[in-house]
Amino acid sequence: MSHDTADATATDTRPAARAHTLQATPSVIDVRGLTKRYASGFEALKRIDLDIQRGEIFALLGPNGAGKTTLISIICGLVNASDGQVRVNDHDIVTDYRAARKQIGLVPQELTSDAFATVWNTVSFSRGLFGKRADAAHIERVLRSLSLWDKRRNKMITLSGGMKRRVLIAKALAHEPQVLFLDEPTAGVDVELRRDMWDVVRSLRDQGVTVILTTHYIEEAEEMADRIGVINDGEIVLVEEKAALMRQLGRKRLRLDLQTPLAAIPETLAHYPLSLADDGHVLVYTYAASSDEHSTPASISALLNDIEAAGVRFKDLHTEQSSLEEIFVNLVRKDA
Amino acid sequence: MNFRAVGTIYHFELARAWRTLLQSLVSPVISTSLYFVVFGAAIGSRIQEVEGVSYGAFIVPGLVMLMLLTQSVSNASFGIFFPKFTGTIYEVLSAPVSYLEIVLGYVGAAATKSLILGFIILATASFFVPLRIDHPVWMVLFLALTAITFSLLGFIIGIWAEGFEKLQIVPLLIITPLTFLGGSFYSIDMLPPVWQTVTLFNPVVYLVSGFRWSFYGISDVSVGASLLMILIFLGLCLALVGWIFKTGYNIKP
Repeated sequence: MSHDTADATATDTRPAARAHTLQATPSVIDVRGLTKRYASGFEALKRIDLDIQRGEIFALLGPNGAGKTTLISIICGLVNASDGQVRVNDHDIVTDYRAARKQIGLVPQELTSDAFATVWNTVSFSRGLFGKRADAAHIERVLRSLSLWDKRRNKMITLSGGMKRRVLIAKALAHEPQVLFLDEPTAGVDVELRRDMWDVVRSLRDQGVTVILTTHYIEEAEEMADRIGVINDGEIVLVEEKAALMRQLGRKRLRLDLQTPLAAIPETLAHYPLSLADDGHVLVYTYAASSDEHSTPASISALLNDIEAAGVRFKDLHTEQSSLEEIFVNLVRKDA
Repeated sequence: MNFRAVGTIYHFELARAWRTLLQSLVSPVISTSLYFVVFGAAIGSRIQEVEGVSYGAFIVPGLVMLMLLTQSVSNASFGIFFPKFTGTIYEVLSAPVSYLEIVLGYVGAAATKSLILGFIILATASFFVPLRIDHPVWMVLFLALTAITFSLLGFIIGIWAEGFEKLQIVPLLIITPLTFLGGSFYSIDMLPPVWQTVTLFNPVVYLVSGFRWSFYGISDVSVGASLLMILIFLGLCLALVGWIFKTGYNIKP
């Protein structure tokens, strides 16, 4: 856990710095009032509004069936919207679909491939399909960046699941898109490959590609995203800078189960950020975990001394930390 | 027009035929040869000439049509059904291509394959019987129009089919019987008068008749009627494909 926190803190500085510049840039994807109603009457998306900013990594989190894939499918042209509008780099996805789709690369969730085509042919096919002139040097660069160069003559059917996933990414990058959609990119991928894939996505972002990924791995969103959106039951319930979420994440709570309930916090403890819960049975002390790493233990011992001095007796104590997962689960449950 | 995308789909589909050479080209040639052996040599030797043409030569246009229809339908239906079945269709749908371009790529490749096959079968036939082609330009025109029309029909079937069973059902239950009863192996003059009238409702009669006319100058119905019939059928298929893409039927929910 401490390792993860350290990692997250190290990567935090970049998005935080980027967040400032991102605000000035116009959105690369602009979704307004997007609705999808199926013939059965089921509403998969309910008037979604969403802005994706140029050059960011945006993670779309949500439980199964929340509408993640439907949203991506509409933007990419696989599903018709019932209502609303989507613009990609200011091109409408319906009236100006050619210009809109040229900007987009899509890596689908399912490992679909033409089993008997070679890696080279299937990636070249993707480039041609998007109307781009054949460019062996570019295909070679893409294949090398995904460690696929040695496999270029292999048929798809001979590749492992992880390798197939890489080929799907290579296919999506074959036409040099500005925006890359990754639908559950690391589902069923082992830990090592997942780390590799994260590196690939970061290097794409560094080249100026906007990346939108859907995931239900909280860890993935924490690790990669500049911003996080949570979708549930066809509605966007939260869009937040990851840095801001991490600040919430970093909050720890010390809970003291009191022997006798308190009606109010004693005067002598007023300078501590304390609150009462469970009808005065629990005293809660909230503090920032990561940023005050050195001062926290000292302040906790001072607090405990002062509580003792104030004559407050407790029978048990424990600490808890809210995780993105907890925030996510709460959001989703509240809406369910 | 995204010609590069059309070319990409077209070449990819033809490459698939090349990979499955045995199934795509060799097997139809073998089955046609078997028809010649059975109908041409074994039975045909006991049948007198039909309107001045030896029976073996008489059945050549019908046989080519039989292969052309079944292969166009099966090539095109499989060509679009397979990516739908495996899921790779996502890429075509998310690409900057129009519906017309998708149809040109897939149907063009399927029609090309059946045309090549038609010529191979003609070449095979020339080993068995002396061939005569009175109107070669019309012959190629009929061949091309039929290949395109039935590849379109195959494309429609491929979109409509949700499983392999449905994929087979139209060729098996409709195309093959219509072709066998469409005068491939006989002149409709040989039928009793009632059946001659019934037969006129079979569109394949017009295709075979027109095609046979381009070889030997003999036909069951007028050449104009044959041409009109195939153009009507082509128009129907085009309208249906247009409707499919307009509504997203079975391809884009």
